[in-house]
Amino acid sequence: MDPIQLNLLKEIAELHEVPEGAYNFRANGQSVGRQSTENIEITPKSDVSGIDIRIKPGTKNESVHIPVVLSESGLKETVYNDFYVGDGCDVLIVAGCGIDNCGQQDSEHDGIHRFFIGKNSRVRYVEKHYGSGEGTGKRILDPVTEVYMEDGSSMEMEMVQIKGVDSTRRTTIGELGKDAKLVVHERLMTHGVQKAESVYKIDLNGEGSSADVVSRSVARDESYQKLDMCIVGKAPCSGHTECDSIIMDSGRILAVPSLEADNVDAQLVHEAAIGKIAGEQLIKLMTLGLTEAEAEEQIINGFLK
Amino acid sequence: MLELKNISFGADNDGTKVEIVRDISLTIPDNKFVVITGPNGGGKSTLAKIIAGIVKNTEGSIILNGEDITDKSITERARLGIGFAFQQPVKFKGLTVLDLLRIAAGKPIKIAEACEYLSEVGLCAKDYISREVNGSLSGGELKRIEIATVLARDVKLALFDEPEAGIDLWSFSNLVRIFENMRASESGRTIVVISHQERILNIADEIIVLADGKIVKQGTRDEILPGIIGTKYATDVCRKVTESGV
Ligand SMILES: Nc1ncnc2c1ncn2[C@@H]1O[C@H](COP(=O)(O)OP(=O)(O)O)[C@@H](O)[C@H]1O
Ligand SMILES: [Mg+2]
Repeated sequence: MDPIQLNLLKEIAELHEVPEGAYNFRANGQSVGRQSTENIEITPKSDVSGIDIRIKPGTKNESVHIPVVLSESGLKETVYNDFYVGDGCDVLIVAGCGIDNCGQQDSEHDGIHRFFIGKNSRVRYVEKHYGSGEGTGKRILDPVTEVYMEDGSSMEMEMVQIKGVDSTRRTTIGELGKDAKLVVHERLMTHGVQKAESVYKIDLNGEGSSADVVSRSVARDESYQKLDMCIVGKAPCSGHTECDSIIMDSGRILAVPSLEADNVDAQLVHEAAIGKIAGEQLIKLMTLGLTEAEAEEQIINGFLK
Repeated sequence: MLELKNISFGADNDGTKVEIVRDISLTIPDNKFVVITGPNGGGKSTLAKIIAGIVKNTEGSIILNGEDITDKSITERARLGIGFAFQQPVKFKGLTVLDLLRIAAGKPIKIAEACEYLSEVGLCAKDYISREVNGSLSGGELKRIEIATVLARDVKLALFDEPEAGIDLWSFSNLVRIFENMRASESGRTIVVISHQERILNIADEIIVLADGKIVKQGTRDEILPGIIGTKYATDVCRKVTESGV
């Protein structure tokens, strides 16, 4: 891998070297490294680009890294990755995509990830998106994440996109069985004329299922964000969504929360707040010696941490 | 030395002009412990904010160590050594107590050092250092963290706006001790505290009584305190508690 690719890898996966456990590295449309382990098997798909990741029942404390980097301008790809997590597992899955575009042509990576999570399994999923490069070509990411959760399973997702992605449309779909639990933390920041859309549709199908989707975002400059979060309660369940956004400069944010209760015992809550940084927060940090711009940076860094 | 010369502040209140601070002139020499008291709405917080640069005085000038700082920003005044603990502490989503103390110190201080500032304000450091400075903290906790942010800075003039508000009795003794320590240390620090508390007034070098935007009394503790003791400008925290039957 070249230095640009290594830097992308560091940004999205905090990886400095080959990770322990199973992994698949994809660079400029090719798989450049793959390792299966005794419990985690990674195989390429034959019909489309992508891989199948099969995790044996009862696999505990193991991890899978599947980072993707694009450093060639004008590359467009759609990749299908399917995760089959057996019953009773406890695993960490780290995905993420970094695009460096120094050319004039748009580069695009659309990762379609599907998770089939077995009974009573726990999955922690981390996905970071990052863009760099001075080219006029756009860096585009349109990921789709689908999660099918069997009874008693739980998943914690952390999705971060802080820098350099010009256009993104992120779709997250969840279907939860009995007592399944989904927790999502999304962090989003847009600059310049970037556009980001994040759509959630979570169906709480099983009794005792729960979802907690929290999005914190910052829209700066002329950027635009649309946050569309929908939870459907079809059983006695509990759902909570929260959009907390800061707008700066001429940034724009549209928050479209929706809740649908199809069962009298569904308890659904949505909270949304959009506003600029509170003046008193800036003032407080200025009395500690920061300039207004430094105070803004600190407040935003903390907010998106 | 801080000199206020003919400071006034007027605000527009639904079309009618109100004078909140009226022609205040005042000199606060170095190494002094000054307590400002007076009725609610008298203009104490406004005056402190004028000194910190948060509120712009409409008339008059402010001189710090011979330098006219009237037109200086909040940041510039902070960097010249003015510290200010808010009457109502500000909450931050995401920033932790440690983050805030590091910002205040202006350098990447060690956790142990940050913990010292928290201990000084009577907070058990390990329980608080990584907490977010948000609504999950009680008013009294926020207040003590607010004071710690001023302790973490190397200030020449520290302004504390009603530090005792929202602090329970046990911590109050602690608080008085913080101010006694600050006073005793030969740090070259001037301390201005806005307070109604007798025990804080008791350690003052100088007391200023502010009412209706004006200084109505000013002098040494011995000159002023006997005249206001037992009034609501100098309340005894213990007596107040027993009277209310706790
Ligand atoms: N910007 C403002 N506009 C209008 N009224 C104000 C403004 N700032 C303060 N006041 C009023 O001035 C008075 C003095 O306030 P303050 O300085 O907070 O008094 P204190 O701290 O002595 O209780 C209060 O009645 C307050 O409501
Ligand atoms: Mg006040």
